[in-house]
Amino acid sequence: MQAEVQNAASGVEFVSFFAGGQSFSINITDVREIRRWSPVTPLPNAPREVLGVMNLRGSVIPIYDLAARFGLQPTPESPRNVIVVAMHDEQTVGLLVEAVSEILSVQRAQIQDTPDIRSDNARKSITGVITIEQGMTRVIDLGAVIQTFAKTAA
Amino acid sequence: MGSLNTIRDTFFEECEDLLAALSEGLAAMLGGMLESETVNAVFRAVHSIKGGAGAFALADLVTFAHRFETVLDAVRGGRLDADADLLHILQRSADHLTDLVEAARNSEPADPDASARFLANLEACLADGGIADTAPDQEFSFAAVTLDFALLEPADSDHPTQHQFDIRFAPRAGLFANGHDPALLIATLAEFGSLQTTLDLSRLPDWGTFDLETPFLDWNIRLTTSASETSLHEVFDFVDGLCELEIRPVPEPVLEPQPDFELETNVPASLKSQAAPKADPLDPAADARAANPTLRVALERVDRLINAVGELIINQAMVAQRIQDTALAADADILAHVDDYRLLARDLQEAVMAIRAQPVKPLFQRMSRIVREAADATGKQVQFVTVGEATEVDKTLIERLADPLTHMIRNSVDHGLETPEVRLAAGKEACGTVRLSAAHRSGSVILSIRDDGAGLNRPRILETARRKGLIAADLDLADAEIDALLFLPGFSTAASVSNLSGRGVGLDVVRNAVTSLGGRVSITSIPGKGTEFTLTLPLTLAVMDGMVISVAGQTLVIPTISVLETIRPAPSDLHRVGTDEVLLRIRGQFIPTIDVARCLGFTATEDSGQPLLLIVETENQTQCALMVNAVHDQRQVVIKGLETNYGAVNGVSAATVLGDGRIALILDPDAIAAPRAAPFAVNAPHFPKFEGASHAG
Repeated sequence: MQAEVQNAASGVEFVSFFAGGQSFSINITDVREIRRWSPVTPLPNAPREVLGVMNLRGSVIPIYDLAARFGLQPTPESPRNVIVVAMHDEQTVGLLVEAVSEILSVQRAQIQDTPDIRSDNARKSITGVITIEQGMTRVIDLGAVIQTFAKTAA
Repeated sequence: MGSLNTIRDTFFEECEDLLAALSEGLAAMLGGMLESETVNAVFRAVHSIKGGAGAFALADLVTFAHRFETVLDAVRGGRLDADADLLHILQRSADHLTDLVEAARNSEPADPDASARFLANLEACLADGGIADTAPDQEFSFAAVTLDFALLEPADSDHPTQHQFDIRFAPRAGLFANGHDPALLIATLAEFGSLQTTLDLSRLPDWGTFDLETPFLDWNIRLTTSASETSLHEVFDFVDGLCELEIRPVPEPVLEPQPDFELETNVPASLKSQAAPKADPLDPAADARAANPTLRVALERVDRLINAVGELIINQAMVAQRIQDTALAADADILAHVDDYRLLARDLQEAVMAIRAQPVKPLFQRMSRIVREAADATGKQVQFVTVGEATEVDKTLIERLADPLTHMIRNSVDHGLETPEVRLAAGKEACGTVRLSAAHRSGSVILSIRDDGAGLNRPRILETARRKGLIAADLDLADAEIDALLFLPGFSTAASVSNLSGRGVGLDVVRNAVTSLGGRVSITSIPGKGTEFTLTLPLTLAVMDGMVISVAGQTLVIPTISVLETIRPAPSDLHRVGTDEVLLRIRGQFIPTIDVARCLGFTATEDSGQPLLLIVETENQTQCALMVNAVHDQRQVVIKGLETNYGAVNGVSAATVLGDGRIALILDPDAIAAPRAAPFAVNAPHFPKFEGASHAG
């Protein structure tokens, strides 16, 4: 019990960003770096959300359009777009987003469970929501996101 | 415990070397080299394995090695005649010894039946030669008491045993630079017992190339002493690392039981001495090896180095391109430096790749065993010839070639060669030949397996393929196409599934294995004369020669090895069939074309004029033409996997990084051609059935 209380009170940091006009965030420990957009090499017969692959210091990493991934309008090309390079279980991926907004420092207790929404896709990949000034940000489960991707890739 | 494990690992590592030496020596003996040096080398290999095995109480190994050694000793002493039969038994015994070592290494029980059989074989040899083996029961008890020092002590204390040591002492430059004097060291040794010293002048070069700083004199010393080996090592403590030193006990005759025990007690020490650079004064080959010292390095470290160098090559290309983009004057200083950088990076890459390159010799030695087993199982007489053992190939390739080669070698013995009776009736020698060769040819490795058997039985192949429904019954095929049928999945000619090659593995598996290594396999056969399989493989798996092409505005790379030719077709050579099939007429034949852009799901930006066609060979060894927009150049590309961060992509085997830092995908021509390859495999060149083709496409 004691441990749980401590856990709930402990702080977590998230990087939040905008994609498709909505706010998303991922655990800061998953984020490796944030890069400027540079042209990618498209993959053959890839799903809509897979933009292609990019060279990250010699590694080939896939770049996903996060907005398209959540069924929103694909992110329009813009020099302001950025790529959030994230890592999960040895797998490095890049997420294309419109802008990175801030680093959120929240208590675990502040993260609410995802309300019962209908979209399977969204429910599986969003672990919770956090209230912020302007509204809320959706916490992404990177593992689930990549897993779905891996399946589409295979 | 940890250190014991380390010693154990060292023992097994050394066993590998010793087994290789054993196999090499036996092969030399088989080749007629029966000089005492060769026999000695073989004997020593078995003896050292026995010694080490005793130290780790590996009873099976000791028992077998001991009997083996006894036979070898009889051969060495001229009491047994090394005829073909005996050599055959010796080779098979060496194979069994390999198995025992492997079993011991994995801490698995060895096959007792096989051991009993081989032991009996060896004993039969001794009995034939009228030689009394050390009585078996005495021998078995010997195995049990190997480490029982207490038993030996009375004998030792009564009259200290004198043993002999062979010491090889080869000073390096540092020894003299540090003020040591070989004469003093030898004088110290002389205090231990009686000394016999020979000066080895064999390394002395021509006066023209003489280097005053390099010592060229080696000493071979035979010392008879009661001192222990450790105390001899102590003499050389101060020059440790400044010389090549080997101290090894001289093997005493095995037939006298007591010195034999003595030897066993020396084993841990002898193991230690072998961990030092190896050189044997009696063996010129070993001397040559010592002159070329080697280093065991964990593969992982080498791979890290290779990766880093791969990055360097890419970075170099990027820097070069950036500088070129700045449009400097052609004589700018920096351009010369950039060029130097490029050459250095290339050199570095080649040097690093050379670390991974290994001679195919161990692989070939394994194959010689396969030949023997296959020959025994089929009752055929086979002579195994290897050519180009020194050819160096990437280590990964060597590992991954073992299975396909094993299969093909078995195939050659089992299906290729005829039985002795049939051979004699056909006017050939009773003993068939299987020839395995390796060679480098223009950036590739060519391996070939050739037998002088009856050649492929084409009517039977055709009949089998028809019966199995692999081809249409009325199809008329050229010889080469019939041969290619062997590679079809689900094809196996053996009328009865033989124990040997019919293990449910067909040649299609061989071909898949070779293709996955970026290679190709082809087959030629002449009736009555034999069959030859040829494997063409890339030198390394980390870089490859690629053609940079563009398709629908995308830059791609296609492996140069798979492109047979590039043509720009005249419009009259292209023939549309149905709505979207296009056939190319080339030299009177029609071959299918594949629109790469459409195949990959890329939308063509615009029709950029006349397409280029790359003729590639598909899996089934027929041709098809890939339609691309342009071919830019050929270059070496560093291969980057897509699997780690993404997953497998159909039609793409990997990726690489271009000079501008962008990724280019490497096409997998086989996968691109695959959806249509199967029905085309047989039909295409003859063009009898469009239906089959369009049905698949």
